[in-house]
Amino acid sequence: MSEAAGRTAVNPRRADGLIGRIGLALGPILLAFLTTAVLLAILGRDPVAFYRDILLAGVLRPSGLQDSITRMAPVLLVGAGLIVSFRASLWNLGADGQYLLAVAFVAGVGSRVIGDLPPVLGWVVLAVAAMLIAGAWTFVPALLKARYGLNEIVTTLMMSFIGIAIANVLIKGPLKGDEMVPQTFVYPEGTMLWDLPGTTIHVGVVAALVVVVLVHLVLTRTSLGTRLDVLGANPRAAVHMGIDVPRLIVVAFFLSGALIGLAAASDIMGIFGYVRADWDPGYGLKVVPLVFLAGLNVIAFIPIAAFFGVLSIGGDYATRKADLPSDFILVFIGLLFLFMIVTQYVSARRARGEPVLPAWFRRTLPARDATEGDGG
Amino acid sequence: MTGSNDRIGSSTVGVSTPAVELSGITKAFPGVIANDRISLRALRGEVLCLLGENGAGKSTLMSILSGLYQPDAGSIRIDGREVRIGSPRDGRELGIGMVYQHLSLIPTLTVLENLMLGSNPGIVLDEVRARARLGDLAARLGVHVDADVRVGALSLGQQQHVEIIKALWKDSTVLILDEPTSMLTPQGIEELQKVLLGLKASGLAIIFITHKLHEAIAIGDRVVALRQGRVVGELGPEVLRTGTPHEIQGRIVEVMFGEDPTRGPQIAELREDLAAERSDARTRLEGSPEILRLDGVAAPGARGQHGIEGATFVVREGEVLGVAGVDGNGQRALAEAIAGQRRSSVGTIHLGGEEVTNLSVGARQRLGLRYVTDDRLHEGVVGRYAVGLNFVLKRIGDEPFWRKGTIDRKAIETTARSLITEFDVRTPSPATPIGKLSGGNIQKALLARELSFDPRVVVFHKPTHGLDVKTIAAVRDRIRALAARGVGVIVISTDLDELIDLSDRVAVLFAGRIVGVVENGPQAATRIGELLVGGEAAA
Repeated sequence: MSEAAGRTAVNPRRADGLIGRIGLALGPILLAFLTTAVLLAILGRDPVAFYRDILLAGVLRPSGLQDSITRMAPVLLVGAGLIVSFRASLWNLGADGQYLLAVAFVAGVGSRVIGDLPPVLGWVVLAVAAMLIAGAWTFVPALLKARYGLNEIVTTLMMSFIGIAIANVLIKGPLKGDEMVPQTFVYPEGTMLWDLPGTTIHVGVVAALVVVVLVHLVLTRTSLGTRLDVLGANPRAAVHMGIDVPRLIVVAFFLSGALIGLAAASDIMGIFGYVRADWDPGYGLKVVPLVFLAGLNVIAFIPIAAFFGVLSIGGDYATRKADLPSDFILVFIGLLFLFMIVTQYVSARRARGEPVLPAWFRRTLPARDATEGDGG
Repeated sequence: MTGSNDRIGSSTVGVSTPAVELSGITKAFPGVIANDRISLRALRGEVLCLLGENGAGKSTLMSILSGLYQPDAGSIRIDGREVRIGSPRDGRELGIGMVYQHLSLIPTLTVLENLMLGSNPGIVLDEVRARARLGDLAARLGVHVDADVRVGALSLGQQQHVEIIKALWKDSTVLILDEPTSMLTPQGIEELQKVLLGLKASGLAIIFITHKLHEAIAIGDRVVALRQGRVVGELGPEVLRTGTPHEIQGRIVEVMFGEDPTRGPQIAELREDLAAERSDARTRLEGSPEILRLDGVAAPGARGQHGIEGATFVVREGEVLGVAGVDGNGQRALAEAIAGQRRSSVGTIHLGGEEVTNLSVGARQRLGLRYVTDDRLHEGVVGRYAVGLNFVLKRIGDEPFWRKGTIDRKAIETTARSLITEFDVRTPSPATPIGKLSGGNIQKALLARELSFDPRVVVFHKPTHGLDVKTIAAVRDRIRALAARGVGVIVISTDLDELIDLSDRVAVLFAGRIVGVVENGPQAATRIGELLVGGEAAA
């Protein structure tokens, strides 16, 4: 009797779970679209045209679609890097410094030596170097956290500022090309990553997809993944279980930085071929909300990274056409994050069977509630 | 919320009017009737003991009285007047003060800050008045409470005093204590009894919830026994104040288990075959090789608790060494130093003749050292992980659960199923998140993890704290069986009955030092008590 009751109670919840989970991802996106539309209307722009432009430039035009896919690569890798550390509740917020130091190396040094190296080997060497540099930039926060328990949020951010500054100094100084502008040499003709036949999508994108799938397998299938999760769930439990927590902290930070460094290598060798001083795509903070939207799941992050690619490529075009600053698209992303949190809160309350609306609001609702109250 | 908030001055109420009268209270949850037409009365100047096993409905009943739940049927009268208690806030306004089983204070705030939380009228904190109020109430309890010390730095007994003061803050007429002794030391319990005597004399009605018979007898003026949601018997002062404790105990067991005499002896404190078992143990231990040796071990304290200094003792194979002491006197430091979770700065630790002083937690585990932590939920398990995965969290990366570093979920599930059966863990499936299980089943799961895979030394830290009678018996049986197999066992506990029940010898810990080791025997409890008191006098 009670077992049957339990089963009927579970099944609808499971169906609810599937619909609910899709709703949890799509709901905030729709809400963000609606609110941004209102904002656009207030600014005197045509929201429909704006979204049509995004769709047109980001997906429908073949070149736009390819650009969007290409844009996915760094987002995927930075996201995977963040997920590795976030799953262990280690908040690596220094992605930008790690990324730009690797960029400075791959652009500044890579552009000088790539011509002397055999093609594939040269890319591999530079990519590995980029990973080591960005990974190494996490050592100071990682060791401070591992040994003294210092808050990594502060230290990674500070190291990020320092890293960005050093990268700029390098690009303006030792790594500067021979032109008047503060930028590195450009990769010689034919040394950039190959494009997939018939497209403008470079092989780095494919490599990025392979790498993030590997990262997902490591996180979900291996002992390292389990250790990271235990540390993330509860540091005291991690100590109790016999995990070498200080070592794990250093490893997690290094992997996180290394993946971010790989994003830098992919960007420079696949798209730009050089870097100007003071250039900073600011991936770190843009990707943070996205990985939470994916629930720190690397596979779930892939469509979100694709969405981000479309949004930023299409958004560039749409904002330019609507005569808005290109940062306007960040308004959308900010709203998205906000609605995401609200949606999760509401669904968590519903899952616990608690009322969603606050008491004062429910009390102002007439009829049914009130009569029920009298009856009981 | 239409519940009347009017207070009735006690002077207008006759002495015979019960402070609280519950009539026909019924409360059903899906699948279970927690309270079935319960009626009872609590008088001023009297301690009413609500006695029953876990699941008997005691806590539900008190949650109804404090306003946390609404009854499905029945009425509540306070000082003779029928009331509806719509929320805990209504309950407090009506003069019902509640001390929950788990402390609700915020450890990082001071005593005064904790007391002012939620009770301060208006926006500006009225610290002067709060301080005076604290002084009054502490005097009424007959205890000293430092207003400006952080709650986390207080012992559990002291924290409980603060809880009681918090419950009395609004001039309560009824004080409800939900299993207040389950985490207290013998001294703390004694002190609590004194406090309750004083409060009783001042005209408070006290409702004391417990599942321990001897507490009900020692503290209660009347005992109401609950079983499966019903009142199964009531003993008044005329019974409780006549006859020997043993006779009274008999009467209560009769009332509680009347038609089912086989259930009585399951209660550990009623076992009579302990002495015989113990003498068996002594012959068994003669000539048994030592398995764990600590020499002058020191380790720092943390979170306001004592560290340990100069800890020196030996545990033999098959021996149960109890460690007694008031909470916060270095128990955690001792357990963690042995487990390797806290590095000892001085001294050496040997496991079976091999020095392990500088080995990591994991290395000690692989040598057969196990630690069953007292903090089951936050240290012992990862709550959102499946029961099965929790079984192997101390073996991450080891064969056969991980093959070449890759998890083998089948192997984990197979092992989990057999451990669940062997240790009688009640879980819907091995895949259920362990945090959803009851405290007793989480503890059984912890035992399954620690006691499987060939342990050589097991350190238990408060192994039965907060568990129901049946699980307590099951856990203690496991510990005895473990020692019988030749494993060295350390039981750290604040429950003196438990230590007497289980140990061959009992070491007494005071202010981070072992102040004496007592052979278990007829006078052991007294001597341990003397050492505890002596230790306190020496400080």
